[in-house]
Amino acid sequence: MNGSNQEDTHRTIERVARESYGRLVAYLSSHTRDVASAEDALSTALVSALKNWPRDGVPQNPEAWLLTTARHSLIDLMRHQQVALASEPTLLLLRDETNEAALSAEFPDERLKLLFVCTHPAIDPAMHTPLMLQTVLGLDAVRIAHAFLVSPTTMGQRLVRAKTKIRAGGIQFEVPLLRELPQRLDAVLEAIYAAFGIAWDDMAGVDQCGRDLAEEAIWLARVLLELMPREAEVRGLLSLMLHCEARRRARRGQDGRYIPLSEQDSRQWSLPFIEEAEHHLAEASRLGRAGRFQLEAAIQSVHTERAQSGRTEWSAIVLFYEQLIRICPTLGTRTGHAAAVGEANGPEAGLAVLDGTDPDDVSGYQPYWAVRGHLLQRQGKTSEAAEAFDRAIGLAEDPAVRQFLLQRRG
Amino acid sequence: MQFALLIYHSPAEFAMRKNDYNDPHLGAWRAYYKALVEAGVYVGAHALEVPETGTTVRLREAKRSVQDGPFAETKEQLAGLIILELPSVDAALEWAARCPGASIGAVEVRPLAPEAMRRGFTG
Repeated sequence: MNGSNQEDTHRTIERVARESYGRLVAYLSSHTRDVASAEDALSTALVSALKNWPRDGVPQNPEAWLLTTARHSLIDLMRHQQVALASEPTLLLLRDETNEAALSAEFPDERLKLLFVCTHPAIDPAMHTPLMLQTVLGLDAVRIAHAFLVSPTTMGQRLVRAKTKIRAGGIQFEVPLLRELPQRLDAVLEAIYAAFGIAWDDMAGVDQCGRDLAEEAIWLARVLLELMPREAEVRGLLSLMLHCEARRRARRGQDGRYIPLSEQDSRQWSLPFIEEAEHHLAEASRLGRAGRFQLEAAIQSVHTERAQSGRTEWSAIVLFYEQLIRICPTLGTRTGHAAAVGEANGPEAGLAVLDGTDPDDVSGYQPYWAVRGHLLQRQGKTSEAAEAFDRAIGLAEDPAVRQFLLQRRG
Repeated sequence: MQFALLIYHSPAEFAMRKNDYNDPHLGAWRAYYKALVEAGVYVGAHALEVPETGTTVRLREAKRSVQDGPFAETKEQLAGLIILELPSVDAALEWAARCPGASIGAVEVRPLAPEAMRRGFTG
């Protein structure tokens, strides 16, 4: 086989691995609840694909090939672990299904169950997103550790602990009952949005790791939408992320300088992303169940209108924030609300909203201090503004944001 | 639990040090210290002179060896340290990421040795 064919094969393996990883892990672990072993078995199968496919050619149904190979490896693994007594029925089931799968390429998509398992209330909420990134998308612990600002060893240990809990803690692979669904779905959406938020904090593609994570989060939301097309908030989340993603290029000047939303050149926004975002938001509102992510997407949608109208309708943004605060009174929402009120009704009104937050909550929250500095500066209170900007500067992580705030401070 | 943030500078970053109160680089450090104090995690800190001013002493086989400068010719050198009181290494890493030194050089987070051990050293 010549070099370019070999390259094609490697690319095929990469593509199959990316597209099938979550489907295969979900399916392989849905009976055993043993996510770690399913991942081990799948990586054995992928290694074997890397060895065999360049020589024998890519099989007609690569996913079925991987599934069969992974299952054999899983059976070996379970035998090896000598868990025979407890899991003999599972073993038989796996073997039967292995024979079946050889005949049929179809197998149920269990990724939705896996998403609910990763965000189960019995699992530490801080681990929801890392688990999802690993089990559904196949990201390795090192990359996840970078994104979450944790040492790779620690992240590895935490992932192992969480998977042990899934196996031993009686967490079922199932879609929650209707009455539990809203709350459980929230946890799934939160975890996807957290992955996106990390990428967003990394700011505008300076960091490759951040950019990739935003793409992964959007991919996860698309998977979820495919599995739950009638959930309005799933579309709301996808719309929100696409709106933000549309502005990625405009968030940085050519010299790497940070550009705040109000000063971005709207011609640099991505139209296809905006159109898709608007489409999902419209579809979501047709379902008639408002929610946090739809409201956040609606706020972004108002910002986007500036591309046509040349101005920002701040009073509309304030109204959306007022609804949002009622269902999601987070520090981020309240700070965003204050900033919008400051633009719509003047700095005094904005500061009054800021003053309503608990000082203990805001001591480590950079955007609060940046908004406060901005509003005080508009009032002409230069020294108080400088104090607030100093707090924001000290809490900033991104050097470009730090530079921007230092300039604003004057 | 106490952590040390060990700040490493490249030669370029050492060269950026100026004794000018209005220098923006200094402004970022001042703001960072203020944030640490306001958050109630600050225990203490020291900046070190540039590496060239150091002298390294070794005793090998009862022979003294004295060398100009830092002990290793690496690109980044220790520039200062900050001691913080924090509940976990996660919190320490978060503060390390905000440190102005992290965006040019590097910041190492290391727990201080347990107090009993420290007392053993100092008497």
